[in-house]
Amino acid sequence: MSDLEPVIGVEIHVQLSTRTKMFCGCEPSFGDAPNTHTCPVCLAHPGVLPVVNEEAIRRAIIIGHALGCDIAPRSIFHRKNYFYPDLPKAYQISQFDIPICGRGSFTALREDGSELVVGITRVHLEEDAAKLTHAGVGGRRVGADGSVVDFNRGGTPLVEIVTEPDLRSASDTATFLRQLRQTLLFLGVSDCSMEEGSMRADANVSVRPVGSQALGVKTELKNMNSFRFLERGVEAEIARQREVIGSGGDITQETVHYEPDTGHITSLRSKEESHDYRYFPEPDLVPVVPDRAWVDELRASLPELPIPLRRRLVGEMGLSVEDAEVITQSPQLVAYFMDAAGQADPKLCANWIRGELRAQLRDIGQEPWQSKVTPTHIAQIVGLVADGTVSVPAAKEVLAGVIETGDDPAALVQAKGLAQISDEGELAAIIGAIVDAHPEQAQQLREGQNKVIGFFVGQAMKQSGGRADPQAVQRLVRKVVLGE
Amino acid sequence: MNLRDLSAVQQIEEIRAGRVSSLDLVDAHLAAIAHDDVEAFLAVDADGARSRARAIDAMPERPPLAGVPIAVKDALSTRDIVTTSGSKMLEGFRPVYTATCVARLEAAGAVVVGKTNMDEFAMGSSTENSAYKNTLNPWDHTRVPGGSSGGSAAAVSARQVPWSLGSDTGGSIRQPAALCGIVGMKPTYGAISRYGLIAFASSLDQVGPLARTVADAALLLKYVVGHDPMDSTSLHWPTPIEVPTATDLTGLRIGVVEELMGQGIDPGIRAVVDDALVQAEGLGATIVPVSLPTSLSGLATYYVLAPAECSANLARFDGIRYGPSADADTLLDQYEVTRGTLFGAEVKRRIMLGTFALASGYYDQYYGRAQRVRTLIVREFARAFAHVDVLASPTSPTVAFPIGDRTADPYSMYLADVCTIPASLAGLPALSIPCGMAEGLPVGLQLAGPAFSENRLLDVAHALEQAIAFDTRPPGLPQ
Repeated sequence: MSDLEPVIGVEIHVQLSTRTKMFCGCEPSFGDAPNTHTCPVCLAHPGVLPVVNEEAIRRAIIIGHALGCDIAPRSIFHRKNYFYPDLPKAYQISQFDIPICGRGSFTALREDGSELVVGITRVHLEEDAAKLTHAGVGGRRVGADGSVVDFNRGGTPLVEIVTEPDLRSASDTATFLRQLRQTLLFLGVSDCSMEEGSMRADANVSVRPVGSQALGVKTELKNMNSFRFLERGVEAEIARQREVIGSGGDITQETVHYEPDTGHITSLRSKEESHDYRYFPEPDLVPVVPDRAWVDELRASLPELPIPLRRRLVGEMGLSVEDAEVITQSPQLVAYFMDAAGQADPKLCANWIRGELRAQLRDIGQEPWQSKVTPTHIAQIVGLVADGTVSVPAAKEVLAGVIETGDDPAALVQAKGLAQISDEGELAAIIGAIVDAHPEQAQQLREGQNKVIGFFVGQAMKQSGGRADPQAVQRLVRKVVLGE
Repeated sequence: MNLRDLSAVQQIEEIRAGRVSSLDLVDAHLAAIAHDDVEAFLAVDADGARSRARAIDAMPERPPLAGVPIAVKDALSTRDIVTTSGSKMLEGFRPVYTATCVARLEAAGAVVVGKTNMDEFAMGSSTENSAYKNTLNPWDHTRVPGGSSGGSAAAVSARQVPWSLGSDTGGSIRQPAALCGIVGMKPTYGAISRYGLIAFASSLDQVGPLARTVADAALLLKYVVGHDPMDSTSLHWPTPIEVPTATDLTGLRIGVVEELMGQGIDPGIRAVVDDALVQAEGLGATIVPVSLPTSLSGLATYYVLAPAECSANLARFDGIRYGPSADADTLLDQYEVTRGTLFGAEVKRRIMLGTFALASGYYDQYYGRAQRVRTLIVREFARAFAHVDVLASPTSPTVAFPIGDRTADPYSMYLADVCTIPASLAGLPALSIPCGMAEGLPVGLQLAGPAFSENRLLDVAHALEQAIAFDTRPPGLPQ
């Protein structure tokens, strides 16, 4: 069965965090009291008309640029017709054969540094449906006691990003989606929250004999609310398909669901019963014909995107791949890092930021840019360690002080008496006393058990309140005990 | 002086001269509506109208329309006033907002007295498809007023209001205007905001005025045209609408549409329209024959496109968010029973037609092809207007027909719009003026022009109106 290769494409829905909905003036909302962000337009009262949100057009074009897509000089909206209570007009205004962004591609980086190139088929604009809640039987529709509708979400601008079937594994699929999400965050177009549903991904999965160019029958894996579940779900679906085909069966085109608790794949509905959406051009809207100069201006004003930025951090600034991945988690962190790296060694700044700073801040639930620690503070701490003013353990204490007070690191070193003891005389006295107090360990060192040296360093740090220069301590212990 | 015999322009003059108040006018018309023997109204807002009239009378400076009453087709949303679009689906429905065109008229000082009867969701040519009642033709109560804006036409003809708003998708203003002996105009597509017009076929629907004089129609139009931020298909209007004064047609080239002056048009109608064209020549116009062969496919094209759009436009009526609702146990029953019982037969017929025309596998054969024919019709008109200034034809192939005559045969009803549909498909302005009588009933002359040619059309119509001097007062109308 290993001769079957998976072929995966994804469709990603991203809610745009615009001030108003796609076709009316209501504010989109998450978590507010139900049906408080509605108007005649998004409730589809008789006689209302949609009006396109220009900011949504702008953001779709920005996304298209970031994905290297062709921006359509003229695109149109279509009506996608189906009856459901979450769709008050009984049609969704979407785009069909002339979307706002055409072909493009996205290059992600795998953990091993290799490139993962995924073709983008299209990016189009549409409106989100309202939120249905089914009462009873675990929130599923079938067998529910009743259902209620919250139209707050209805009409929220969505872009749908459709990829080519270019992915070949579950882990590549997750890698692509994580890095796509990161890119969208950098563009500032969406919150991209999987939990809140502002980013949703469906995967089309099929398998085929290795070497075949034809596509197998695909299934659509729906409603994954985390990348982890999505990866596991795709993995499970690939395994299921291999098993079905391996045992001589056929794959049915259908929508499937992954149960994270059991790891099982279940069928939702067969595509054969699927709707005829009767798409036709939306007569209430005029074509979208963006000004060429504006489109070019949007391309020119794109921020530096995470994937090229990672390459630059590693290639030009000496960061490790892992450093770069952490630093590019969010545009705020990048800005924070860049600020610090402009004032001190970038690699050391990255170490401090992704390591100690984030670790200490995690306890109080802050992000670096929200804390009292400025990028300049980080650069100063790096400097204090580099010039031998403080030891690393002392520097961590300084950092803790800055987190608490926002005071200048140098001032804290003074106030707390944390300056490193490098004075050989002072250190020699401390070490002499330690060696005298621990003859057994001294003997072990003389017998060649080098690791015992760590014991003396530890003792010296303890007795100096972390101020001893560990390098000097090692040197002095050897001198005192071994006469080196 | 009977106030109700005055045109709207005259009524405004009387108010400005201080001889009558808005309240006098509103009361006089409300009294006539109270004895509504032509069944033109579905809802009357007497208290609201009187209070708005008083407010206008109290203004130090009167607004342009000075508090003259108006009736509005029930397809237009009016805040707090029941708006049904002639359907049981919206029985008792009170909208939360007012259509842009109605709001603009109110801002200009018109006083809405009520909502007029219509074919359900504007689908029909006789107003017999109203879910509530038949409206009678003021010239002969055994006959239809035309449709779908039959109530708006009958109310103006019967002098219950000086003017009204209707909507026209394939002829729904022009045809009832013709059958009731009044003026009705469908402006260029996009001239008037559709925000608040309950949609039948979005790419064709246009609001427009009905009145007893061309000048009144022009004045009404003046205050409703122009871009509305709530309707992205509405146009920025290039030049203001002028109240026409022309009495001379020297230099004007009128094209007579040959295909609409032959077979399928009653000989009596043709004769009256021919007479009107002779009068136009007398005013200095040149009459030239024009052939629009593709326009003959207009009816078929229309009956694919309009139902297709309506099948989506009417899908929102499910009884969940507003309007009456069927008692049902399941979601599917909710949809099927609500829509099955509350929509009338013609509405259901068109939803089915349209759903079929858009269905996968049939789309290109029906909807796609109809769109291509529509493009050809647009081009055909453009070619014609390279040679002539306006096109003339009958508005309706027959005079008003007896109530019940065509209800059993939908196709015979569809034929009532054969003359008006081509201009709708092309999005062009067209109006109907009464031009004489046949079989004792009014006959309408349709004039169509290129996009944005409203001022010229109104001028031509005004000059002809003066020459023809048609008496718009139906015989037997109580004084």
